[in-house]
Amino acid sequence: MSTTTIDKLDSAETFGQQAFERLLLKRIDPTWLTAKRKEAWEIFQALDWPNPRDENWMRSDIRGLKLSKFAPNLDESVEISQAAPVRLLEGVEVSASVRSINGVVVGESLNPTLAAKGVVVGSLSRCARDHSATVEKYLHSLICPKSDRFAALQTAMWSDGFFVYVPRNVRLELPIHLHASMGDGQVDLSHTLIVLEQGAEATVLFESSSPDTASHGFHCGGVELIQHGNSHLRYVSLQDWGKGCWQFAHQRASVGRDSQLQWTVAAMGSRFAQVDQRVELVEPGARSQVNGVMFTQDRQHLVYNTLQHHIAPHCISDFLYKSVLQDSSRTVWRGMIKVSQGAQKTDGYQRNDNLLLSDTARADSIPGLEINADDVRCTHGSTSGRVDEELIFYAQSRGFTRSEAIRMIVTGFFQQIFDRITIQSVREALGAAIARQVRQYE
Amino acid sequence: MSHILRIENLHVSVNDKPILRGVNLVIKFGETHALMGPNGSGKSTLGLAISGHPNYQITEGSIWLDDANLTEMEADERSRAGIFMAFQRPVAIPGVKMADFLRHAATNVRHPDRKEGQDLIPMREFRKELKSRMEQLKMDPEFARRYVNDGFSGGEMKRAEILTMAMLSPKFSILDETDSGLDADAVRLASASIAEIGRDKMGLLIITHHDKLLEHNPPQFTHVMLGGRIVETGGAELARELHDHGYDRIRKAYPDADAANQQMLAKEESLAV
Repeated sequence: MSTTTIDKLDSAETFGQQAFERLLLKRIDPTWLTAKRKEAWEIFQALDWPNPRDENWMRSDIRGLKLSKFAPNLDESVEISQAAPVRLLEGVEVSASVRSINGVVVGESLNPTLAAKGVVVGSLSRCARDHSATVEKYLHSLICPKSDRFAALQTAMWSDGFFVYVPRNVRLELPIHLHASMGDGQVDLSHTLIVLEQGAEATVLFESSSPDTASHGFHCGGVELIQHGNSHLRYVSLQDWGKGCWQFAHQRASVGRDSQLQWTVAAMGSRFAQVDQRVELVEPGARSQVNGVMFTQDRQHLVYNTLQHHIAPHCISDFLYKSVLQDSSRTVWRGMIKVSQGAQKTDGYQRNDNLLLSDTARADSIPGLEINADDVRCTHGSTSGRVDEELIFYAQSRGFTRSEAIRMIVTGFFQQIFDRITIQSVREALGAAIARQVRQYE
Repeated sequence: MSHILRIENLHVSVNDKPILRGVNLVIKFGETHALMGPNGSGKSTLGLAISGHPNYQITEGSIWLDDANLTEMEADERSRAGIFMAFQRPVAIPGVKMADFLRHAATNVRHPDRKEGQDLIPMREFRKELKSRMEQLKMDPEFARRYVNDGFSGGEMKRAEILTMAMLSPKFSILDETDSGLDADAVRLASASIAEIGRDKMGLLIITHHDKLLEHNPPQFTHVMLGGRIVETGGAELARELHDHGYDRIRKAYPDADAANQQMLAKEESLAV
């Protein structure tokens, strides 16, 4: 690996002191938030860009990132000439929807019956003012700006994003739809904050996309999912940024007593992505299931560092990541199950399977365990391999062409994940997204 | 219908090692042929070469289905032309349901000119047909929802192959030890199913060691393979003789072929080690 020049990643003027001050002037933030931004800005200035010798970054190549080509979006009324596609809404009735362009919310709607029950869905910037105390309590409570320089940048300069708050014992029958779009060459510094109070239930469909598959852009974002006791959250995230985009994200969940989280991640887009995903099981009886699908092509390079952290006893975590790689693309999955002292009766599972469709694709799979309790069950495993020629011949001997056979084998490979996804529209949207990606094979 | 499968002077190598050394065989639509022979004689190789397995390299000779030269076709083209092989050990395709697999396969085989992406047989119509076929074969309807050969028992695999044959209704079927690894009841069921689906409705080439399958499917012709050649052809009585008395007479009558067979077996064993 020759990832040596990250520190040359210029502290571009576009993300310099003046830009930060301009942002503070332009915004109407409560004082606590301004203070928080300033604190993060100081951390940003003190930190270096990630060190390629750092375990989390040693398989990441961000030499091509030229930050000076991008500038934070301070404009409240943005438009992109060409709309970015929406994939998760096919045949779905929703209870609320919010959409953003270049990290700024441009439309929000919420069923009035739910609003009357105290449900809040909308722009994070607006909610930081209108629901100041609630947002202050949770915003950047799970993401530490010291994690790395991108986290610090995002905490200091986040532009807007999505806030979902479901009060105690309120159950949303219909999903909430969130859509982040980013124009070619633009920047998205959005943040997603979702809070479920005791006994609340919700399904959130989040998707990000660019006007077309070749679009460039810079996304530096955060996701925080906070679940109090007995709550139930299904969170679906479809990342379909243009194939010229850079993505850096910290994504966190905190799952409370007897709560359930089902988190489905589909990563299709972006040129380079580094996602740091953590689920913390903070009270007994918490259960989490994470389903990850990656499908890469060309020279895409996606890095997922996942952590399932058992802080409380009697919790369950179940992570399954599957990737299919074609062309010269590369995926890195580094998974860790961490069991804190006292987290007895932990049941942790992680698995990563990779299917390589070309000789030049590469999948790194690094499962890990760190266990500080003695009465636990943790299992992990990973596989990587080419499509079995015997399977292709078998299908061909039943009339399938070679490329139909490969498509079918790829679909079957992902089926195990689809079998775990209970929302039909999501299964169909992911199936269609995958079908679009599969090349014709000779 | 009159179709002919014609194999002429077929030589086949695997990894540059010759296995078949000049096989000649003609099967007419509606006929049942038994192919017998000791281990390593090349029976499965003949089936796989006819099916178009890429590892089975045809070095000489040709295979014709009516006027079409199969030797120049890919495996999927041969399947669409009307060739089918029930494999001894079919592979599993995790995540792909039997019903979806068979629907796609049947569409392609029934519409040989179908282009990728064109419509499949309508779901409702196909399900109805599949259901009645499965009833005919006394199969649990749940079978259609299972993943192709994934976690199937030996018997289930063989029955899935027979179901596939029924759905594709080929012109010629090669059944490679479809009776092996089954208990007596399962062999009886498989034999009856093959008779019901295949007899008079296609040309059958039945590769077997046993006579149970042939009781239900009496062959008009029995061929004995040894050392990569068909050394003798007879009627149903030849199959009975081989079953009752083994291959000693054949081995003695064709010492060259027997020597070749021993040699191939030894190579196979040394490869297996």
